[in-house]
Amino acid sequence: MANATTAVAKVASPRSPYARRKTTRGNYELYSWVFMRASGVVLLVLIFGHLFVNLMVGEGVHAIDFAFVGGKWSNPMWQVWDLLMLWLAMIHGTNGVRTIINDYATRDLTRGILKGLLLLAFTVVVVLGTLVIFTFDACPADAPAELLASFCTA
Amino acid sequence: MTATLEATAPSSAGEIPSFTVTLRVRRFNPEVSEESTWEDFTVEAHGTDRVLDALHKIKWDMDGSLTFRRSCAHGVCGSDAVRINGRNRLACKTLLKDVNPDKPITVEPIKGLPVIKDLVVDMEPFFASYREIMPFLITTGNEPSKERYQSPEDRARFDDTTKCILCAACTSSCPVFWTDGQYFGPAAIVNAHRFIFDSRDEGGSQRLEILNDKEGVWRCRTTFNCTEACPRGIEVTKAIQEVKRAMITRAF
Repeated sequence: MANATTAVAKVASPRSPYARRKTTRGNYELYSWVFMRASGVVLLVLIFGHLFVNLMVGEGVHAIDFAFVGGKWSNPMWQVWDLLMLWLAMIHGTNGVRTIINDYATRDLTRGILKGLLLLAFTVVVVLGTLVIFTFDACPADAPAELLASFCTA
Repeated sequence: MTATLEATAPSSAGEIPSFTVTLRVRRFNPEVSEESTWEDFTVEAHGTDRVLDALHKIKWDMDGSLTFRRSCAHGVCGSDAVRINGRNRLACKTLLKDVNPDKPITVEPIKGLPVIKDLVVDMEPFFASYREIMPFLITTGNEPSKERYQSPEDRARFDDTTKCILCAACTSSCPVFWTDGQYFGPAAIVNAHRFIFDSRDEGGSQRLEILNDKEGVWRCRTTFNCTEACPRGIEVTKAIQEVKRAMITRAF
């Protein structure tokens, strides 16, 4: 009997031994799919609002200087607006690139490296961006007054 | 009018024009070489001939070693899905005159499945995914003593996806399936759709759970390759989207 088993084992399987590697059920992909749609709609409003305020209102694009940006980031409304835009755009974009990596990288190692780089880029941009939005000093002490927002001198 | 026709061409009535056509077939024989190669065959064909007829002529009269699957040869069994001029079609439903016989017609095995020989692929991964979605009626409670009643409207809900013949033309046209053989593929989702939206079936949530996988419906990128490839004209991408929608309404 033992001999028979070894003999069987030596014969190569005539069909590809197909097996699902493991079931990966769960709502993760579902939520990420829904998030992409929802964040896409919100981003449309945020980005076009941002472009409109920066480029069209008043003097338009010529008004943009240090004082303009400083003025915006002294306003909590624009802080929240820009923070939301930063986070949603970064998560939306990162998730999109993640699906592209999943689609095109066939080897596990390649996929792992690419996703690691993606996560690193995501973390650097989000942490740096969030830090800048909240710690931005609109009125640096030794700067010439004509470059600063009007409320600095008051 | 009829008289003139009879007078001018009495002998040619019912005659079908014939032409020569070149088939460029992707050959693969693992006993000879690990590499697959193109081989050209020039055959005499009639205007009513299909690609399958040309393949038959090659196999029967020119090179008996050419290997391909076919069973009913009339577009019902789904055995002879091949890639003709870069598009997945059934060889038995594609007329030679419709795929530009002036140039060599390329015939390849369908992509994404391991090739066994010439045009024959290993369908096991495809059928394994099909089995996983449990393509059979699931009910609870006692068996009814009569038939399970279903209104014509309820039947119409999943009518489109009952037409699937499991030829794998859709799954092997899917770019996600080409790079990720673990993806369930359009055909498995279509056949799950057939039962999920069947008013008599009670296994819907189980099937949705199975397809709510990393390799399930969420890998679909809606490229519509499957809808274009389906020889039965099933709106495959639409069916996949309906399964997605059912999952989302279930989750929220």
